[in-house]
Amino acid sequence: MTNPYTPFEAEVVERIQESPTIFTLRLRFTDAEQHRSYSFQPGQFNMVYLYGVGEVAISIVSDPEDEQLYDHTIRVVGRVTRGLAQVKQGQRVGIRGPFGRGWPLDQAEGHDVLIVTGGLGCAPVVSVINYIISRRERFGRLTIMQGVKHADDLLWHERYKLWSQMPDTQVIIAADQGGQQWPWRIGPVISMFDELDLMPDRTIAMMCGPEGMMHTAIQRLQEMGMAEEMLFMSMERNMQCAVGHCGHCQYGGKFVCKDGPVFSFNEIKDIFGKAGY
Amino acid sequence: MGKDAVAQTQFLQRKDLQTLLDTLIAAGYHCLGPQVRDGAIVYDVLADVSHLPVAVHDQQAPGKYHLHYSQGLRSFAWANGPLALKPLLFSAREVLWSAERDDEGKIQFVQVKPAVQKTAVIGVRSCDLAAMRIQDQVFLEQQYKDENYQARREALFTVAVNCSHPADTCFCASTGDGPTAKSGYDLLLTELDDGFLVAAGSEVGKQIFIQLPLEQASDQQHFIAGEQALHAEQTQTRKLPQAGLAEKLLANLDHPRWQEVAERCLSCGNCTMVCPTCFCHKETEQPQLDGRSTEHLREWDSCFTQGHSYIHGTVIRDDTEKRYRQWLSHKLATWLQQFGNSGCVGCGRCISWCPAAIDLTEEANAIAGDEGD
Repeated sequence: MTNPYTPFEAEVVERIQESPTIFTLRLRFTDAEQHRSYSFQPGQFNMVYLYGVGEVAISIVSDPEDEQLYDHTIRVVGRVTRGLAQVKQGQRVGIRGPFGRGWPLDQAEGHDVLIVTGGLGCAPVVSVINYIISRRERFGRLTIMQGVKHADDLLWHERYKLWSQMPDTQVIIAADQGGQQWPWRIGPVISMFDELDLMPDRTIAMMCGPEGMMHTAIQRLQEMGMAEEMLFMSMERNMQCAVGHCGHCQYGGKFVCKDGPVFSFNEIKDIFGKAGY
Repeated sequence: MGKDAVAQTQFLQRKDLQTLLDTLIAAGYHCLGPQVRDGAIVYDVLADVSHLPVAVHDQQAPGKYHLHYSQGLRSFAWANGPLALKPLLFSAREVLWSAERDDEGKIQFVQVKPAVQKTAVIGVRSCDLAAMRIQDQVFLEQQYKDENYQARREALFTVAVNCSHPADTCFCASTGDGPTAKSGYDLLLTELDDGFLVAAGSEVGKQIFIQLPLEQASDQQHFIAGEQALHAEQTQTRKLPQAGLAEKLLANLDHPRWQEVAERCLSCGNCTMVCPTCFCHKETEQPQLDGRSTEHLREWDSCFTQGHSYIHGTVIRDDTEKRYRQWLSHKLATWLQQFGNSGCVGCGRCISWCPAAIDLTEEANAIAGDEGD
């Protein structure tokens, strides 16, 4: 049995600067057998280790069927991510994973899918958008809603533009503050729901981002007739072991690392939005 | 373990207690037993039963732990000290793995396995056996196993001693975890004035049991042991609310009492350090100065620290009220959702070792008691 605490060496095959503070590492395990046997689901995460500095939990954004590489899009926020930002192509990091429960993609097949995200580019749902776009026939209507504070915060302009041109796909983006040539809406996230053409009985919603934003979205979607079992969200808490031992990610009676990070609203509604949990 | 593995209860004369210790040592066990160190009873290496805390008694109260001495003969006439079995199984600080980086930048990871020796602990309390059972659930019975815990657990031999002198802070009778040990031990002693009733609780326990100079226990000895157990149970005054405690706590997350207790709480984390079930730990990195190797460690952490709930730039539990509420509501309520039972065994350590004299049972009763609300 492999010890779940010990990382494996991985090589940075490519590094992409997405924005001044966001970058993507494209990785491959240096051990060929390890790489072959590795598989994950969108919404799961890896513990990414920087030599001599430590580990950080990062969701996997690439397509699970890409056998060549797997990608982590990382925002510089703390000690480890600041260090990871300095890692160059060809350098080595440690990876252990995948951990946790990802998005309910099997359940989503045949349904309309509504993606709601906020804040700076939300990696956990980008994986799901890419997954659906690549298997378009298996899903119904796809709606992508993204709220940002400022127009400058929006990552991947081109991707959103591309997605908005796909058949049966709607992209709604709003910034509290617009900018020059901002092609999308200006206004709070909540105002986007006015544009939403929702069929509540055949829709599954997947959300990630600030909890306040998700809270608002859940209320609005329930008002529009969606059942709480069909509202899914990816939660974030401090994680150090990723295997349900270290206690940092406890969320009421759940461990975000192994019971989540994706939960249905139904599972966590008792404490969702409760300050301190 | 089959029924026949559990031999019947017999009697060991007090003068033969050293034989028990010698038998364990001869069987290859590193023996630990309760001893007085720095004014408290702790487990330390034991080779001679005269080093046991003979005629030592503990006086415990909220924020208070004090030893006093009598003329008695008994070695186990005290309740507990700050240490449970936890530090022996779940190390307070240990290296999980190390990594070496060569000139080309290649990294090699090496799992570091702990040096584990067969260890026998004499004087284990029923509450601490219950706590060990709970940590077994956390580290061994979920999706992932903790190999270091498992290695130490498999090497552990427990000689439990039924608790005859609970402290004022004890409430194991109310949680159902004591004062008499029901299972989970290898050997079980009941201390009487002239010696010990002895029973084996496992196959390895029986192997030691059969080597001891035992006599048939008299009806009188059984009767005294029974009286003693009853007395130990009845002297406990503290208790947790019984019916619907978890539900009531979770229904009262906005109770004003949380703020009141937070005004007294120093957020020092003592309660989590002495708690025999608290399992939180953090991972840290210790790179060597030459840059060629580094060690990845884990060490005990506490939900009373700011760092415990840090997540990219913010702290989820940014004040003492949220931290105390997290600790208590986890221990007594959400622990059930995670593991199917309470995370509290009634040992009372968090009460005695709290520098602000906060009493968990008092808080739980105020928030979720029958007379609460």
